Amino acid sequence: MNSPEFTDEELNRLVINLEDWYGYNFSNYARASFKRRVSRILAIDKLKGIDELSSRLKQDGRYVQRFIEEITVNVTEMYRDPSFYKTIRDEILPALSPKPFIRIWHAGCSTGEEVYSMAIMLKEMNLLHRSMIYATDISAKVLASAKEGRFPLQQMKLFSENYLKAGGRQDFSSYYSANYGYAKFDESLKKNILFASHNLVSDGSFNEFQLLFCRNVLIYFDRELQNKVLSLFDASIEQLGFLALGSREHIKFSGIANRYTQWNEKERIWRKRNSD
Amino acid sequence: MKFNREINCDLLLVAGSAGSLEVILMLLEKLESIVIPIVIVLHRKDDNDNLLIELLSGRTNCVVKEAEDKESIAAATIYVCPPDYHLLIENDRSFSLDSSERINFSRPSIDLTFETAAETYRSKLAAILLSGANADGAAGLVKIKSYGGYVVVQDPATAISAFMPKHALDVVEADDIIPAAELYLFVNSICGGKPFPL
Ligand SMILES: C[S@@+](CC[C@H](N)C(=O)[O-])C[C@H]1O[C@@H](n2cnc3c(N)ncnc32)[C@H](O)[C@@H]1O
Repeated sequence: MNSPEFTDEELNRLVINLEDWYGYNFSNYARASFKRRVSRILAIDKLKGIDELSSRLKQDGRYVQRFIEEITVNVTEMYRDPSFYKTIRDEILPALSPKPFIRIWHAGCSTGEEVYSMAIMLKEMNLLHRSMIYATDISAKVLASAKEGRFPLQQMKLFSENYLKAGGRQDFSSYYSANYGYAKFDESLKKNILFASHNLVSDGSFNEFQLLFCRNVLIYFDRELQNKVLSLFDASIEQLGFLALGSREHIKFSGIANRYTQWNEKERIWRKRNSD
Repeated sequence: MKFNREINCDLLLVAGSAGSLEVILMLLEKLESIVIPIVIVLHRKDDNDNLLIELLSGRTNCVVKEAEDKESIAAATIYVCPPDYHLLIENDRSFSLDSSERINFSRPSIDLTFETAAETYRSKLAAILLSGANADGAAGLVKIKSYGGYVVVQDPATAISAFMPKHALDVVEADDIIPAAELYLFVNSICGGKPFPL
């Protein structure tokens, strides 16, 4: 992809402008990938340089939404890392099932594949009716598509294989209806899901959860922001609640590490200790 | 081992696809103790996390570990890119992982690691591109070369899949083209921390 070059100073100026104009703060996003995403948007929107991007952003409040969409990485799949979901199904949900009510937060849920994966597992374990799932993301576009629960049909082969590897036993295709190249997931799965916009950089804690997913989001942040967001999660997880990160993410360098115990060696799942 | 020009690097990148694991194993067996860190980026089919690290560790006394997100790149260490993530090098010489779209049908993308390493290490970088059946890596070598880094390509005549090294040689003038069985000589001289014979 050929796109115009820019210096680190120019990139810094863009970051400052974005915060001044719209309150979005990208200064603690991991630079190497953020820079590439900016290059990418220059190329796909055929902008001549970072100045043109800046003035476009300044003039057009709606363009900032497109910027957010394109700057964030939204790649996801259902039952991504099946062994992780198998642990959630076989070990974590049974530990939570004595609770009268289970609150779950998917932070950075992207287009929702992760959320529907959980809803299906909760339904199969007869827990969905007493669960409340909050699914949040910074990007309005992915949230809208998550709400629809509609995914390209050609992905269903991979998703159903993952589902089986994660311990699913039903006919996966019974959860969606196929139409015009899309798989539309069952409305009943959505009943207890609330989709909402939430920016991990600037928004605070809004509830206490027994289970919090934030997978493949922290890798886009520098260590400082990772720490800050992990503290936000700590403030949002009940005692004996669980934190589930992506397969290459860790809490070991953060200030919350000493309050959590890793569930097992393989999966990136931690349980908050009882503080007394 | 003689070099075609002066070389003084802080990091060595080794990358490849089909047919490159064999070369890396052969190389590690003859590796002496290293000072300069090595980063290995391999396309691979299996996602079985620790298998590759174990396999590689078994061939050398050097420390072999998976590259972790935001980890600082330390001396005398061999880092391996985790499966299914892009591996980026940050300005402060640390790693970032990234799960964005495949590039050239590849994740990890060799180009991406090469390019971000070039932006950080500039001329103090060397890279070896090995056997493989796709075009990944060539653009990265071009970037490394443009910053003055040292570019080595495995001699395609000795590659199980010659496409990748051949394609690279079409687009970049390599500083060296080295047969698979002799690559260890190059790596020992540049990573050993000894003065380089010219
Ligand atoms: C790679 S996706 C992860 C999707 C899913 N959790 C998974 O692991 O497959 C990363 C998501 O994080 C979101 N994100 C990035 N920055 C964010 C922020 N500051 N607040 C909330 N979400 C953010 C992006 O919009 C994107 O949808």
